[in-house]
Amino acid sequence: MKRIYMDHNATTPLREEALEAMLPYLREEFGNASSLHSFGTRARRAVEATREEVAAALGARAREIIFTGCGTESDNQAIKGVAFANRDKGNHVITSRIEHKAVLQTCQYLEKQGFRVTYLPVDEYGLVNPDEVAQAITDRTVLVSVMFANNEVGTIQPVAEIAQVCREKGVYFHTDAVQVVGKLPIDVVKLGVDLLSLSAHKFYGPKGVGALYVRKGVKIDPLLHGGHQERGRRAATENVAGIVGLGKAIELRLGEMEVEAKRLTTLRERLYTGLVARVDHVYLNGHPTQRLPGTLNVCFEYIEGEGIIMGLDLAGVAVSSGSACTSATLSPSHVLLAMGVHPAVAQGSIRFGLGRENTEEDVDYVLETLPPIIERLRAMSMFSPQSPFPEEAGPQRWGH
Amino acid sequence: MAEFGWYSEKVLEHYQNPRNVGEIKDADGVGVVGNPVCGDMMKITIKIRDDRIEDVKFRTFGCGAAIATTSMVTELVKGKTLEEALQVTNQDVAEALDGLPPIKMHCSLLAEEAIKAAVEDYRDKMANGQ
Repeated sequence: MKRIYMDHNATTPLREEALEAMLPYLREEFGNASSLHSFGTRARRAVEATREEVAAALGARAREIIFTGCGTESDNQAIKGVAFANRDKGNHVITSRIEHKAVLQTCQYLEKQGFRVTYLPVDEYGLVNPDEVAQAITDRTVLVSVMFANNEVGTIQPVAEIAQVCREKGVYFHTDAVQVVGKLPIDVVKLGVDLLSLSAHKFYGPKGVGALYVRKGVKIDPLLHGGHQERGRRAATENVAGIVGLGKAIELRLGEMEVEAKRLTTLRERLYTGLVARVDHVYLNGHPTQRLPGTLNVCFEYIEGEGIIMGLDLAGVAVSSGSACTSATLSPSHVLLAMGVHPAVAQGSIRFGLGRENTEEDVDYVLETLPPIIERLRAMSMFSPQSPFPEEAGPQRWGH
Repeated sequence: MAEFGWYSEKVLEHYQNPRNVGEIKDADGVGVVGNPVCGDMMKITIKIRDDRIEDVKFRTFGCGAAIATTSMVTELVKGKTLEEALQVTNQDVAEALDGLPPIKMHCSLLAEEAIKAAVEDYRDKMANGQ
């Protein structure tokens, strides 16, 4: 049976070149980068060469890159690190309602530690308004954290504008760019961000390694204590092979990103227009154009998302769903709810994450396979245009 | 072998080929449980003859487990007396499906409640002399 992977926002396959680059550091060059002998020195060289590469890819300086264990750690490091280090200046943090849980739950933790957090709303496309950021900033604000692009719907935020607002008010700005690095060009200086999170496995690097850009001069506390590594900002023996894999992956993406972004945008639109032509009551979630090239999130009204991904998976296509049934919570995606999607409609959301290996043929296979699955589930459902969702189920937002 | 979200083969089979899908037009009892906002809502209709469930049909808005548990519960109660049908528990439904992942046990509970609601609806109608 066919096996098509269309969930690249969740993770990506490790590319061959990155694996090849990593292998020596899992075998003969296993040294601890802190050791003085030749084993250690070679490991250290590999780590520092990668730091240069990552810095170059972001328009940063090597000393501004901290290697971490994952995107979640980068977000935790940025938010807790800045909040705690600047507590004397204030106890207010601003973020948005559609952040990844790595940011949202870190902010909720800060609330328990005596911080006040503002969760900014978004519009129907999932956009944060920079003016609202400006209005939310007080003289007690120490950090603003707004994601570069949303993992569920792909909407790209006006990061440069938000960064400018923060700079004018003298507040640090962090952006979770986990979904953007390796997909779109990034220049931290031009953008004006102070901190930026990334994760290797989102751009065909290995799992278990990420990085955080911290602009020179930003006052930040470490999360991990216990060693001098990463200039005292992240104590832990470096994951040398992982770091090397991250470097190789980011370097290769730089060369192919532009062409790939165009290709994926075309594939994504082929998928969307094909679905709309074949299936009724399907709605796009996210910004129509200001969106990640490979991300397509749609709601199929009257049915629930897990049933759809199950049907697709049994037909060999891997996609994901922001619906409740993927978690134990039962509430629909916080991102779709923040965008004003009817909560029952939000239960029928599916996210396609297109990537490197996907072809036009794959998209056409989905267009062939998915409509009968939708039809079958709708025939089974107790809801339909004749038997709509109860109004009291939530705010209405139909047919956009 | 099909693999999806820790479901048993039997759950996948019922999801692919659900039994007794539909709605009985002149049903003697109707049970509706759940909430679309929470992602699961089920409707079971029953036809009663001589105190037995002669026919039963379901419609479900929900995940794979919700579809499979409703399908299974209709199989379990079909042909049973009302008293026997009321004895069917969510554990029976889950066991008949060779188990459910822990976070999906609530689906089996909804399936049990849907049958009970349909039987109660029938008894209410009888009591009111309809």
